[in-house]
Amino acid sequence: MKKPELLVTPTSVAHMEQLAQAGANAVVIGEQRYGLRLAGEFSRQHIVDAMHVARKHGVRVYVAMNALFHNDKVDELSDYVRFLAEQQVDAIIFGDPAVLMTVREVAPHMKLHWNTETTATNWYACNYWGRKGAKRAVLARELNMEEIIEIKKHAEVEIEVQVHGMTCMFQSKRSLIGNYFEYQGKFMEVQQMKYTKGLFLYDKERDNRYPIFEDENGTHIMSPNDICIIDELEEMIDAGIDSFKIDGVLHEPEYITEVTKRYRRAIDLCVEHREQYEEEKAKLFAEIEAIQPQHRPLDTGFFFKETVY
Amino acid sequence: MSISQIIDGKRVIVKKPELLAPAGNLEKLKVAVHYGADAVFIGGQEYGLRSNADNFTLEEMAEGVQFASKYGAKIYVTTNIYAHNENIPGLEEYLRGLERVGVHGIIVADPLIIETARRVAPKLEVHLSTQQSLTNWKAVQFWKEEGLERVVLARETSAEEIRQIKEKVDIEIETFIHGAMCIAYSGRCVLSNHMTARDSNRGGCCQSCRWDYDLYKLEGDRAIALFDENDDPFAMSPKDLNLIQSIPKMIELGIDSLKIEGRMKSIHYVATVVSVYRKVIDAYCADPDNFVIRKEWLDELDKCANRDTAPAFFEGVPGYKEQMFGVHSKKTTYDFVGLVLDYDKETRIVTLQQRNFFKPGDEVEFFGPEIENFTQVIETIWDEEGNELDAARHPLQIVRFKVDREVFPYNMMRKGH
Ligand code: SF4
Repeated sequence: MKKPELLVTPTSVAHMEQLAQAGANAVVIGEQRYGLRLAGEFSRQHIVDAMHVARKHGVRVYVAMNALFHNDKVDELSDYVRFLAEQQVDAIIFGDPAVLMTVREVAPHMKLHWNTETTATNWYACNYWGRKGAKRAVLARELNMEEIIEIKKHAEVEIEVQVHGMTCMFQSKRSLIGNYFEYQGKFMEVQQMKYTKGLFLYDKERDNRYPIFEDENGTHIMSPNDICIIDELEEMIDAGIDSFKIDGVLHEPEYITEVTKRYRRAIDLCVEHREQYEEEKAKLFAEIEAIQPQHRPLDTGFFFKETVY
Repeated sequence: MSISQIIDGKRVIVKKPELLAPAGNLEKLKVAVHYGADAVFIGGQEYGLRSNADNFTLEEMAEGVQFASKYGAKIYVTTNIYAHNENIPGLEEYLRGLERVGVHGIIVADPLIIETARRVAPKLEVHLSTQQSLTNWKAVQFWKEEGLERVVLARETSAEEIRQIKEKVDIEIETFIHGAMCIAYSGRCVLSNHMTARDSNRGGCCQSCRWDYDLYKLEGDRAIALFDENDDPFAMSPKDLNLIQSIPKMIELGIDSLKIEGRMKSIHYVATVVSVYRKVIDAYCADPDNFVIRKEWLDELDKCANRDTAPAFFEGVPGYKEQMFGVHSKKTTYDFVGLVLDYDKETRIVTLQQRNFFKPGDEVEFFGPEIENFTQVIETIWDEEGNELDAARHPLQIVRFKVDREVFPYNMMRKGH
């Protein structure tokens, strides 16, 4: 049975080393100038350093270039892609076709992962981007297990699924936090508050807390719960899903490392010792639950949920 | 192609953009076309967003296409969901149906639908939906190379960005000029999925962005409120888009299609907004160098507005003044009260379908493409049988009364309040 890749999001080069030791097979890194909602900010120098760590530990490095680009950044994309090609990163993650076009021009052998977060919702679209040059599709989080398995069955590209962490619900180009402070007349605080960590929107009706933050790409609102399906991996492993992602955005490095260790064990057991996995999975889940930050309940995302329209 | 030419010593616009209007049903489609839309976009029974809007059956589409063709107008069908696997069966048949009834094009986001349309319904033009959030020229170039006829840009693109895109890529560009809009990048919002288990990218959006929230900051284990009792809560509700002042700039940029949003809106809204933009576009194109926006056009637009409006990204990144805090809607100043069916020039009696309460003594306003707006005080009202009525109180009732100036079928009657 094929073992899916365990893909994680380091917050720094040092953290990446810990994650490699915790059993990660691959990492997503990058900088907010080009990538969306990253756990850590990796400058070019950090990427150079990360590649050393990667070689030492046999970890693959995927660099996020999945922002929605406006004209002002289009010209500099080629320089960044060239740099990434020189560093021999393992893949570039894109959503905007401008990145795909740039890679074709300046680094045609670079692997591409298609990730728009919300729009990879059917197998045809995954294969379409495959025909355009993507090696992998990162599925939308709003799919259920059945849909994921069916996509995998028809997919001509690798399929990546997020199994743990927060997901993005909303991205606006507007400065929504800054605008609110300005509206309140708190001009002095705008710049300061916009970039503060720990902001959330409280939804009384649902008693939900949605993390919200601003960066170069606009305003982002995140899911109120962290997905955790460490105890529900069988079906996807049997279906041959290629990569399981733990997204650590807005989480502490220690937390991400601990979660990575648990998923390492869960995946290994599920592939190699299924019975033992069945015995141990509740415990693995409980261990993660025990380290959840306050206000971050666990749930199963859309894996077992019916959406209507 | 150049935008303008000197004809008889005067500059005129020779590249007139298409005015594209929404229609939620056949009646609205006819009104939109009659009031001056060059093209209308509608939704079918499946594959379009706004799953709760009135949508067209194939028969209705066929009738719409026929009606529009008498005016030389085109019909586009929105098929802009991001499909899930379960939506794949039936797609081919649906697209063949659209081609068969003669719609001109479809507005699409999902490559599944783009390629299926190419394969099974090649006569349909394919326009890329704003759901793809196209924000740069290179992405536009990609879609041109994929063979699309037209792209609808993201609402987040500015005038300058559109100019650059036009300069670098030879493809038809469609942009929004009026109506409600997402505050998120289109296609990148799943608030509804999370909050109400309704899929926004398949038409289930319940506008969670327009609700109120409370903003807190977590410090250790303590949540600190970033507002006090006197503050309005955190809100993301955008003012509706209104680019009437920017139409000249948009025409000079060579934008190919100017789009009004709102398939859910009333026929009164469609008629009012379409006729105002028709006038602005025509006036500018006829004499761009002496063009001024007339106050009556602005007033007219206001008569059907139920939210405040603003120009949004076309003129820069919108600040807090382009959002709504506290109050999220305003009362319209006018009610739509009647639709003209016929007018007898001899007797000056109008035959009209009632759309809202009115009575003798009310001052009403008539408007329509054939007439200048005028007001009229209503005298005696009769029903179809000639019985005198104390008021027109029944929806869709046919009534008659005297109107001093000539009016035409599809003209509308509104009443201030
Ligand atoms: S919730 Fe608001 S921003 Fe999101 S899809 Fe709906 S209207 Fe658009």
